Amino acid sequence: MHKFLIRSFVSSLVLLFTLTVAAVAKDVKAAFVYIGPTGDHGWTYQHDVGRKAVEAAGFKTTYVEGVPESADAERVLRQLANSGHDIIFTTSFGYMNPTNKVAKEFPNVKFEHATGYKREHPNVATYAARFYEGRTILGTIAGTMTKSNVIGYVASFPIPEVIRGINSFTLAAQKVNPNIKTKIVWAFTWYDPGKEAEAAKALIDQGADVIAQHTDSTAIVQMAEKAGVYAFGQASDMDKFAPKAVLTSVENNWGPYYVDRVKAVANGTWSQKDTWHGIGDGMVVISGLDSQMPSDLQAKVKKLQADLASGKVHSFTGPIYDQKGNLMVAEGKTADDGMLAGMMTYVKGVEGDIPK
Amino acid sequence: MIVDINFVGLIVASIMASAVPLILASCGELITERSGVLNLGVEGMMIIGAISGFALMTVTGSLIIAVFGAMLAGVLISTIFAFLTQTLITNHVATGLALTIFGIGISAMIGKNFVGIPGKEFPVLFEGLKDTIPLLSPILFGHSIVFYFAFALPFITSYFLKKTKIGLIVRAVGDSPEAASNQGINVRFVRYACILYGGAMCGLAGAYLSMIYTPQWIENMTGGRGWIALALVVFSTWNPIKILIGAIIFGGLTIIQFHMQAIGVRIPVQFLTALPYIVTIIVLVVISRDSRKIRLSTPSSLGKSFHKDN
Repeated sequence: MHKFLIRSFVSSLVLLFTLTVAAVAKDVKAAFVYIGPTGDHGWTYQHDVGRKAVEAAGFKTTYVEGVPESADAERVLRQLANSGHDIIFTTSFGYMNPTNKVAKEFPNVKFEHATGYKREHPNVATYAARFYEGRTILGTIAGTMTKSNVIGYVASFPIPEVIRGINSFTLAAQKVNPNIKTKIVWAFTWYDPGKEAEAAKALIDQGADVIAQHTDSTAIVQMAEKAGVYAFGQASDMDKFAPKAVLTSVENNWGPYYVDRVKAVANGTWSQKDTWHGIGDGMVVISGLDSQMPSDLQAKVKKLQADLASGKVHSFTGPIYDQKGNLMVAEGKTADDGMLAGMMTYVKGVEGDIPK
Repeated sequence: MIVDINFVGLIVASIMASAVPLILASCGELITERSGVLNLGVEGMMIIGAISGFALMTVTGSLIIAVFGAMLAGVLISTIFAFLTQTLITNHVATGLALTIFGIGISAMIGKNFVGIPGKEFPVLFEGLKDTIPLLSPILFGHSIVFYFAFALPFITSYFLKKTKIGLIVRAVGDSPEAASNQGINVRFVRYACILYGGAMCGLAGAYLSMIYTPQWIENMTGGRGWIALALVVFSTWNPIKILIGAIIFGGLTIIQFHMQAIGVRIPVQFLTALPYIVTIIVLVVISRDSRKIRLSTPSSLGKSFHKDN
């Protein structure tokens, strides 16, 4: 009898303990590490919109902004992992090695690294968006709307992500208008409004009447508005900054993915994976189309959007040639993800060299 | 490519526009340094000016209040610096650096509510004359009042320092505060005034960025221009006219390198982006190589604290 009492007491304690743990486990805490300030109205801003979606879904979140991609990142990650966060999103390419290093030390914490490719431990997942799909749409619009046949493109840094965007944009523009030229200017910054505006101005002065950008601030669309040329919003809907110039924007929509992943941790279903979502999964969103675009173009863009989403159309469909005329993708084939991830050559029709 | 004469005018105009914040901040800092005070807080004061101008413009809707408010904000934050370095006799370098860090932080905090709001259009002068004279029209006409003020400022500053009594007092305080004090000049008062003036000009430079050049608020939007302005003061050997030359060269090369990229000049882009920094320093060092003149214009007691009772 005595033994039975003790046994039942112990087992109920164990049960109670398990229940408590289960209850605690449901109270998932997510942390976000940002490269820039949440006030950049670009890259980091959109990640923070995603974080707010997680918060709205009933989870606790923390964020640290302006974290340098150095040993500082490791320190921040360790601190977040130590202070009871269950899942940590590291939202810049340069956090790749720190994320993997710290993940090894905290096997019970899940790590999600944006735009990277290293998953050295089972608790590291990677995710990125197929922004190039959005640029296929922008290229189609630019090629149709240009009158001077010169399209300006303000680029940030020569990495595959940016080169892929330039190529995807140019291929789409050439498809609707074989005479266009894409002029690239490298600003060597992700955001410096003054510099971006100057780069855009230089392109406009050189005859570009549509400006695309792969930098984050709204300075370029505002410069386009002042000069009376067209432009596209980057990362977020920039229409209100330049209502006449902005034809549409490509928005980064991280919210649904973040909510999904945090919920997966709460349900215990989280597992390592590599996610590369595009228009189809809603990670890349095309904002409303401007009424200055002719209705047949609008219809064409809507169809293209649907085809990209369904997979019927691929941004990189052969034949694709590089600048020297070498075949990159054969007719009828599409570029595979490996090729896209490491793309470091311009396609035919892009002017200039990639800075080395 | 056919070089269109109006195209050259457009480029020159954008070069001048990009030089404006550098000229304003440098000329302000020049007066501060000429009085013997080294304020490394230029970047911080500029960013405070940028957020204050933008915030006031958004809240009040008045551009005049916004511009003067930005200058006032520069004055207020530089008052902290003045109080610390002149009244509490702290180290200039450390206090200035702290001011920059403080400015960047507090501007980001205030700016949280102003992200993503489009700016207002700033009125330009002589818009109607824009197509009258080839080449010169785009350079001379159709700019904001701040633009014209910035290009007059180096000449005003030069005249002030060389020809006016107050300018002489400022220089005396910067060269030998002891001697100036013995002459009955209130060194601390003069230095306070010069620091506050520097703050006002840096505030205006920041407001130009957030209200006229790229009308919007973005954290850290000064992007290191405050440090360039500081460097210009030193490399120009405290001469306002050379500041003007340096600012135009710096702004010019920044813009011309974009044009060279767009034209497709085959020079490594990394070299082109480094060019403004290298060339500005080389040119200013070359035009300022006269050591006698450098001795004359360098404030001898720059960065040294002054205690009246020693």
